[in-house]
Amino acid sequence: MLYSEKVMDHFQHPRNVGKIEDADGVGEVGNAKCGDIMKMYIKVDENEIITDVKFNTFGCGSAIATSSMATEMIKGKSIKEALAISNKAVVEALDGLPTNKIHCSVLAEEAVKAAVEDYYKRKGLPIPEDLS
Amino acid sequence: MNYIYADHAATTATGSVAREAMIDCMENYYGNPSSLHTPGQKAAEKLWESREIMAKYLHAKPEEIYFTSGGSEADNQALLTAAMIGKKKGKRHIISTAFEHHAVLHSLRRLEKEGFEVTLLPVHENGIVRLDELKAAVREDTICVSVMYANNEIGTVQPIAEIGAFCREKGILFHTDAVQAAGRLDIDVVKENIDFLALSAHKFYGPRGVGVLYCRKGIPLTNLIEGGAQERGKRAGTENLPAIAGMAAAFREACENRDKDNAYVASLRDQLIEGLSEIPHGKLNGDRNQRVAGTVNFCFEGIEGESLLLLLDMRGIGASSGSACTSGSLDPSHVLLALGLPHEVAHGSLRLSIGAENTPEEMEYIVNNVNEVVAYLRSMSPVWEDLEKGNKPHLI
Repeated sequence: MLYSEKVMDHFQHPRNVGKIEDADGVGEVGNAKCGDIMKMYIKVDENEIITDVKFNTFGCGSAIATSSMATEMIKGKSIKEALAISNKAVVEALDGLPTNKIHCSVLAEEAVKAAVEDYYKRKGLPIPEDLS
Repeated sequence: MNYIYADHAATTATGSVAREAMIDCMENYYGNPSSLHTPGQKAAEKLWESREIMAKYLHAKPEEIYFTSGGSEADNQALLTAAMIGKKKGKRHIISTAFEHHAVLHSLRRLEKEGFEVTLLPVHENGIVRLDELKAAVREDTICVSVMYANNEIGTVQPIAEIGAFCREKGILFHTDAVQAAGRLDIDVVKENIDFLALSAHKFYGPRGVGVLYCRKGIPLTNLIEGGAQERGKRAGTENLPAIAGMAAAFREACENRDKDNAYVASLRDQLIEGLSEIPHGKLNGDRNQRVAGTVNFCFEGIEGESLLLLLDMRGIGASSGSACTSGSLDPSHVLLALGLPHEVAHGSLRLSIGAENTPEEMEYIVNNVNEVVAYLRSMSPVWEDLEKGNKPHLI
């Protein structure tokens, strides 16, 4: 099998699919030309905790699975904790990805960062250096 | 419903006719055809009989049939042979098309590294090469033209007879990769002026790992494999007789039933095309009419092919796609790009290739499920959202 059971589970039953109309931050990364686009929506409370997260993804099985896993991993976490989650951690949580699909996990990490960056922008807060 | 196999262009299940011929061969024709004793000579007769069958249905002579490990080897040997002949004559130009199989394209790439020049003809939106463009591309030093008989991804059939007649008149060698056509179309190497032709058994219910290179009498083949004197010294190695006999039996069966099967398979194909055309912002790829009976290729905007395939598989449908994720690179299929499709549209492709064992009920099931899965994937696609909101224009 091309994908691990975990990847297939997240692909078949993706968690947190959808949109948040009144999101505090929205990040979109990827390029339709390359075949992957991820859009992530986050709700952040006054303590900078990500209370809700949703995603929409155009892409292959692993793009959908990594989006789903990344949303699960950041939900309920502080922004600081969410930013510390690397693409490698997403891959590990999915019990691995084929080599040619690693870029999907990078995209998931970038989507989280883009949503957080948008949150800071909307708040008029300075964007942390490691984001820009 | 049982699993619906709709990927016949990738491979077909080995049919009972081939299986029986192979078992008979393994049980009763175990000798080495090169041996002089009775079992060896019995095997040699079986080999010749298989050669005669392949020749008969291609309208070739038995001594023009070379057994190979499949279509790729045959393509490689044909193009290398043409190049070697060109080299001797000081001709270094080869013409082919942008949507050939990689067995041809990568062979040509290697020849380019060795100093040959390659022109790839466009295939246009309908996926059919134009004779006038071929004529315009020919040069004094053109040694070979290689155009596939039918395309593997979209199924369009090329004007082989016209190309063959033109090449013969010009004294240019003509090779055709007929892997998708063999057993499905009436191939006549004489009438169509074909010099080299490649075919593979597993596309017409034969075993895999075996194929044919047809090489017109008088053309000196260059070996890929040196060794013993098998295949008149042009392809060394003890013949895979069970596979060869299985291929011959399957080929005869396919050619004898061709008209009947084609009529039936084309009716299923038309049912598929009609049903899938109902999906908005979808597009049939390749000419509507000039195509092999069983192959249908659609693009659906706003979705990606691999996830479509995986979800269809879970619903019991085996299909294929030319998306980047299934092509093993970041680019979608070179065939779809050659049709002029934008990358983002080509990523959302679906190939369904059907056979005579499929049924109208299965086609209905496929249409309904493709419809549902496309709608589901679109519901979670940010690309589709942009298209629907009018942020970006629909491309198809």
